[in-house]
Amino acid sequence: MKFGVVIFPGSNCDHDMLYVLRNIMEQKVVELWHKSTDLQNVDAIILPGGFSYGDYLRSGAIARYSPIMEKVIEFANRGGLVFGVCNGFQILCESGLLPGALLHNENQKFICKNVYITVVNHSTCLTRGLTDERALSIPIAHGEGRYYADTATLKEMNENHQILFRYCDENGKVSKESNPNGSIENIAGICNLRKNVYGMMPHPERAADDELGNTDGRIMFESIIKSMKQKLCGIVE
Amino acid sequence: MSKEVNLETAKALGIIPEEFDKIHEILGRKPNFTELSIFSVMWSEHASYKNSIKWLKTLPREGKQLLVEAGEENAGLVDIGEGLACAFKIESHNHPCAVEPYQGAATGVGGINRDIFTMGARPIAQLNSLRFGDLKNDRTKWLLKGVVKGIGDYGNSFGVPVVGGEVFFDDSYNTNPLVNAMSVGLLKKGKMISATSGGVGNPVYIVGSSTGKDGIHGATFASADITENSADDIPSIQVGDPFQEKLLLEASLELNKTNVMIGMQDMGAAGIICSTSEMSARGKCGMRVDLDKVPLRQQNMEAFEILLSESQERMLVVVKKGQEKVVEDIFEKWDLNCAIIGEVIAEDRLLFYQKGELVADVPADALVLGGGAPVYDREYTEPAYYKEYKKFSIDQVKQPEDLREVAWSMMKQPNIASKKWVYEQYDSMVGTINMSTNFPSDAGVVNIKGTNKALALTVDCNSRYVKADPEKGAAIAVAEAARNISCTGGMPTAITNCLNFGNPYNPEAYWQFVGAIKGMGAACRKFETPVTGGNVSFYNQTTIDGKTVPVFPTPTIGMLGIIEDKNHQMTMAFKNKGNMIYLIGESKNDIASSEYLNSWHKIKESPAPWFDIDVEYKLHKVVRGLIKKNLICSAHDVSEGGIFVTLLECAMPRGYGFDITSDAEVREDAFLFGESQGRVVVSVTQHRENEFIDFMMDSKFPFSTLGHVTKGEMRVDDVAYGFVEDARKEYDEAIEKLLNEGGK
Repeated sequence: MKFGVVIFPGSNCDHDMLYVLRNIMEQKVVELWHKSTDLQNVDAIILPGGFSYGDYLRSGAIARYSPIMEKVIEFANRGGLVFGVCNGFQILCESGLLPGALLHNENQKFICKNVYITVVNHSTCLTRGLTDERALSIPIAHGEGRYYADTATLKEMNENHQILFRYCDENGKVSKESNPNGSIENIAGICNLRKNVYGMMPHPERAADDELGNTDGRIMFESIIKSMKQKLCGIVE
Repeated sequence: MSKEVNLETAKALGIIPEEFDKIHEILGRKPNFTELSIFSVMWSEHASYKNSIKWLKTLPREGKQLLVEAGEENAGLVDIGEGLACAFKIESHNHPCAVEPYQGAATGVGGINRDIFTMGARPIAQLNSLRFGDLKNDRTKWLLKGVVKGIGDYGNSFGVPVVGGEVFFDDSYNTNPLVNAMSVGLLKKGKMISATSGGVGNPVYIVGSSTGKDGIHGATFASADITENSADDIPSIQVGDPFQEKLLLEASLELNKTNVMIGMQDMGAAGIICSTSEMSARGKCGMRVDLDKVPLRQQNMEAFEILLSESQERMLVVVKKGQEKVVEDIFEKWDLNCAIIGEVIAEDRLLFYQKGELVADVPADALVLGGGAPVYDREYTEPAYYKEYKKFSIDQVKQPEDLREVAWSMMKQPNIASKKWVYEQYDSMVGTINMSTNFPSDAGVVNIKGTNKALALTVDCNSRYVKADPEKGAAIAVAEAARNISCTGGMPTAITNCLNFGNPYNPEAYWQFVGAIKGMGAACRKFETPVTGGNVSFYNQTTIDGKTVPVFPTPTIGMLGIIEDKNHQMTMAFKNKGNMIYLIGESKNDIASSEYLNSWHKIKESPAPWFDIDVEYKLHKVVRGLIKKNLICSAHDVSEGGIFVTLLECAMPRGYGFDITSDAEVREDAFLFGESQGRVVVSVTQHRENEFIDFMMDSKFPFSTLGHVTKGEMRVDDVAYGFVEDARKEYDEAIEKLLNEGGK
C-alpha cells in the first residue's frame, strides 16, 4: 500500500495527513508536488485541507488547474481511490470529480469545532469499517463548507447512495440545530457514482491520534487500508 | 534630495530637537530627507525602546534553559530538552487595529509568526490577548468583529492553531483596543538562524512579496497617541497576504536545511532600513544596497518610501557568496521573489543607491538599540487615585439580598462569559497538536509529537488590578500565568511580555509602567521564569476634545511551561458525580477590583485584590505535586468571577453540577465572587481522598472541603442555584447576544 498526499502551495493540513498515515497507520506515503505530473505509482491519493493558492477566488478553483490534478483526474477515472478532506473536497467538486459545490457557511464566518456526523452509506471503502450506529465526533474547520447541489442532482445522489455522512447531534439525530454550516440535507461528505472518489468537510486526520483524546477519525483510515488490502477498491490491473 | 530639511521637518517626523542635533553630530553634516526619515523610524519608540529600555534591563533575563538573551534575536529561545528548542514571543498591533481592525489584526498575526520562522522555527501554536471597550458601543462591536476576523483569516490560512487567549472589556479601551498576538515555534537545537550579517562581498537578498507604499512610517505612527484624526493615518496600515506568508515560511525553512545562510531577518516595523541596520549592527559590518533592485509593487517610489515601507511577507537574507543558485532555486520552487539588492561591506555604513546616486549614507550601529539610539530616563509621579483606591473597604458595600441573582448575572458579563463566539472563528486544531480541544485546561496544551513532553501556554493580565496597583497587578499577572500552567501539570519556564501603556511623557502613565516592571521583575524572579523578550507599546490613550484618557495599564504575560510527562496533563473538568471538591488556599473577605464589584455594584475605585507571592509560590508547588501523584482528577484556578465562576467552568465541560458550603469566616458574596489570589479548586475521587488529605496535611498548605460534584444541579449552602445546562446556555450565548443587540 502506498499513499500519495498532494501538496499545493497553501496546503496546511498536509503534514497532519502525512503524520497520520505514516506514524499512526504505519503506511508508505509520498508527497505529490502540485507542479509535478508523476503519481509515483501510488495506490490511493489524498487531497489534504488548507488554502490552496491562497483560495482568494473560490476555494479550490485554482488548484484544479494544477499539473498534478490532471493526473489525479485520470487516476480517478481509471478507478483509483481519491479522498479529499476540507479544501481537498472543495477541489474535487471544482474539478468535477464530485457533484455539487461548497458555499460560504450560512453564518458567513469560519467555524472550527468538534461536530457529530452519522454514516449514511456503510458500504464504501471509506465507510465500511464504520459499523456501529453511533455518531462520530470529528472536527470541522472551514469558512466555505456549506454543501449545495440542485434538486435533481441531490435526488440522484440519494438514489445512488452517494451521501456518506450527515451532520447530526451526539445521539445521531439529523436536525437543523445539528447543522453547523447550513449544508443542504446536512450533508458532510459524499462520493461519486462509481464510489471511488470521496470528499468530506470534517477532518478525520484531526481525530486519529490517541494523544489528542479522540480517535473516531482513525476508523476511516483503517477502513480504506483494509478495503484496499482486500482489493475491494482501487485500480485493478 | 531637493527636500529642505530643518527642525520643522524633523518635528513633523517625530524627532525632537536634541535628537536632531545628535543626528547632525553622528553624520558630521546635515542629514538629507531620506536619512532623517531613517532616523525617525529607527529612533521611534517602537524600534528603539528609548523610553523603556532602562527599566526593561532590570527584568530577570537569565536562566539555565535560555538559549539566547532577551533582545539578542527576533524572539526568545528556550531549551525544552530532547534536542529541541522553542522560540516564542508576543507583540502588539494596537494602533493599526484602532483605525483598521481587520488588516491591523491580520498583519499583527503575520508579523509575530515571521519573528518566529525567521529564526528557523516552525510556528506550532498561537495565542492572543485582546482588549476592547464597552461591548454595547457600535464602535466596539465593529472593532471586535474586525479584529477577530482579521486574526482568523490570516492565521487559519497560514495554518497555525490558536491554542489559548483572553478577551477583556473595559471602557478605557473604547477608542484604543489592544491586540497582542503570540506565536510559539519549534526547531532543532543548534539550527537557529541568527538575524545577523557578515562576510564582505556576500550577497544580500530581499525575498517574498514586492515592496509597496503601504505602512510607511508605521513605526512612527505606533509611537504617537491615537487621536480622533488617527484615521487620516490609514496609509500607515499594512495589508496582509497569508498565502505569501505560508510560502515564505516553507521556503525559509527549506533554506535553513541547507548550509548557505549567514543570517535572516523579517521585515516588520521600519521595513528594509530596520533589517539592514539591525543585521549589520549585529554582524559589525555594513551593506551597500541598490534600491532599484528591490521588486516594487508601485512605480515612482522615492528612496525613503522603499526604505521605510512596511509591506508584509518579506525577509532580508544574507547568504554565502557562490551559493546564489541554491537560494534562487528554493524561492523559484515556491514562486516567490528573490532578488539580490546589495552586498556586505566591512565598514559600519549603510550605503543606499537609487538611479546610480547615493541617496543615504548612515552608520548602522548608530541607528539601533544598544548602539547609537537614544536612551531616556523619564520622570514619573504617583497619581492621586492610587491612595484613593486604597481607602476602599468591603464594609462600604452592602451584600445583595439574593446572591442567586448575582450568580446568574455574573455568568453573562462579557468578561466572564464564554469567548466561544471569538475562538470558534480560529482554527484551533490544525497541526494536530492541540491537546486541550478534548481536555479543557487552564493553559493551552501543545503536544510535542514523538516525545513524552508537551508545552503549556497561556497569556494573562488582569489590567483592572494593574490600574489599581501597577506593582502588585503585574506580579499577579505573572502569578496567574504560572498558576494556569501549574494547574495544567506544567512547570512554568519563561515569559515573553507585551507592555501596553499610555504616553511615556505623561509622568503618571510612566509611573504605572515603572511600577508594573518592578512587580513583574519580582514575580519572575520568584517563579524563576526569566523574560525572553517581547514588546513595548506606549501611547495607548485617546485624546478627545483635548482630554487624555489612558487605557488600563496592560502588561500582558505570555508564559511557556513544560509538561515533562504528557500523561500528567491535568484538565479543569469535573469527572464524576460524587467526587469531592476541595479548595486549595484560603478565601479572604475581599471583593476589591473584582468583576463582581465592578459590574454588579458599579464601583471602579478599589485596590488590587489580596495577593501574597510566597503563598502563591507554595500553592503552585502543592498543585503540581498533587497532579504528579495522581491525587486529583481536576484543577482550575480561581480568577475573574471568583469561586462561583470557577466551579461553573469545572462543571460545564461534562455537564455536572456542584453542591458546596461557603466559609463562615468570610462574607458570602466575597466567598462566591471575590477574587483574592492564591486559590485553586480541585476534585478528588473517593478512593483517593485519604491519600489526598495526607498529602495536603504534609504540605502544611491551607485547604478546605467545598462540597461534591452533582449530576447537574448547582447548590450553595443548601440553596438551589439552578442547573448547569441552563447556565451553560446563558454563558455560551451572552457575547453573541450583546453583539446582535442594537448598539449606541
